[in-house]
Amino acid sequence: MIRVVIPFHLRLLAKITGEVELEVQPPVTQRTVLDALEARYPMLRGTIRDHVTQIRRPFLRLYACEQDLSHESPDTPLPERVASGAEPYLVIGAIAGG
Amino acid sequence: MTAVRVLVGTKKGAFVITGDGKRQKWNVSGPHFGGWEIYHLKGSPVDPNRIFASQSSGWFGQVISRSDDGGQTWTTPGSNPEDLKTPEGFPKGESNKFVYDTEPPSGKPLTTHQFYDGTQKPWVFKRVWHLEPSLTDPDAVYAGVEDAALFRSADGGKTWKEVAALRGHGTGPKWSPGAGGMGLHSIVQDPKNPKRMYIAISAAGCFRTDDGGASWKAINKGLKSPYLPEETPEVGFCVHRIAIHPSKPDVLYMQLHQGGGIYRSDNAGDLWQEVNGNLPTDFGFPIDVHAHEPSTIFAVPMDPNLRVPPEGKLRAYRSRTGGNDWEPLTAGLPQENCYINVLREAMAVDQLDECGIYFGTTGGQVYCSPDSGNHWHPIVRDLPGVLSVEVQTLA
Repeated sequence: MIRVVIPFHLRLLAKITGEVELEVQPPVTQRTVLDALEARYPMLRGTIRDHVTQIRRPFLRLYACEQDLSHESPDTPLPERVASGAEPYLVIGAIAGG
Repeated sequence: MTAVRVLVGTKKGAFVITGDGKRQKWNVSGPHFGGWEIYHLKGSPVDPNRIFASQSSGWFGQVISRSDDGGQTWTTPGSNPEDLKTPEGFPKGESNKFVYDTEPPSGKPLTTHQFYDGTQKPWVFKRVWHLEPSLTDPDAVYAGVEDAALFRSADGGKTWKEVAALRGHGTGPKWSPGAGGMGLHSIVQDPKNPKRMYIAISAAGCFRTDDGGASWKAINKGLKSPYLPEETPEVGFCVHRIAIHPSKPDVLYMQLHQGGGIYRSDNAGDLWQEVNGNLPTDFGFPIDVHAHEPSTIFAVPMDPNLRVPPEGKLRAYRSRTGGNDWEPLTAGLPQENCYINVLREAMAVDQLDECGIYFGTTGGQVYCSPDSGNHWHPIVRDLPGVLSVEVQTLA
């Protein structure tokens, strides 16, 4: 089971409380995890990755196991501790604005 | 018993405010979509309980939401559990997918517009500024977007398709952004002619279709813009707002950028005349028309340099003659130390026998006059900055 944490505003949009748990078939990559997240919550499509280009929105960062994965290939396997569910995959919004 | 429902979009969420027919007692519901910028909400004239909302965020992009119960609950069209049961299959989550048409006539080679520095930039979708539900079909709704284009949904907001011929007009390389971006902000449907519609873009100008969107005509003759190099350009005008009265849809009113001011056209936009008359300034954003008096219009002039009320006095102005002769409306509005602004989407009227006028401010107040502008009171005082106000009159 993959654990995913998304920002407050997206939890509000998807009517989610707390972490999301997803079944993801291997390989467990950023792309397959986000695909599974959007399949469960279609309203999130276009809010993390651009609808057409699938590129990460610029004010969001992607983390796991204390590593910034934002610039990694979306097809690189995620750390084993994410794949095993020991650590969550984190979608973080920029801490900015008023 | 009649009532009104005021739909308020703010920088940090939406508020649904209901009032009785006297418009003295109010109930505030919200914030809905807390933390999201709500550029606009508007209800369907066919089904008033169906309300469309445009949420956007610098972090998460565009979202479209819809309520089918008068704003009590909201969903993103096409992303609900019940959609799983439809023949369309698994929800695609495309209610926020606005993709420019790249086919002729709108797309190639018309793929760029003028940027602030005079260079050409490609069209890039940023947000939905305005949602205009159809006058006849509860599933049909138009969206005016930044970068400027017109989209239409025929399925209640689940999917969107560009009304491509507008950008196909051919003047796109001369369209440019105003300070707030290059947005299509006004969509006015002619209630007597379903084939006719007006739109306005900042900063391009007004356009009219007489064939249901298949072709468009620039309607900017008579407008003045001293900041443009040509004396009478076809496009390039920073229109702030246009409005009509449904009984006289050939009469258009406009608030244009400073150097222009208030304009009226008596022939569906073919020719405009300036009607600033005795207004204190020519600058402002919203303009609207009395519900029962087609020649009575309202504006809120602002200092053109500071974009705040002149002399710190918040004054709406009313003309009962379609412009030129204006009277200040001050009763109940702050007449000292007021330095807010009233944005282009933030004024509306209700349809009650004694027409109510409403406007919201960047300071978070929403003011109501239940007597055509003679007296005003704040419905709320401390919302986030108000981006839009719409009013529904409920039976």
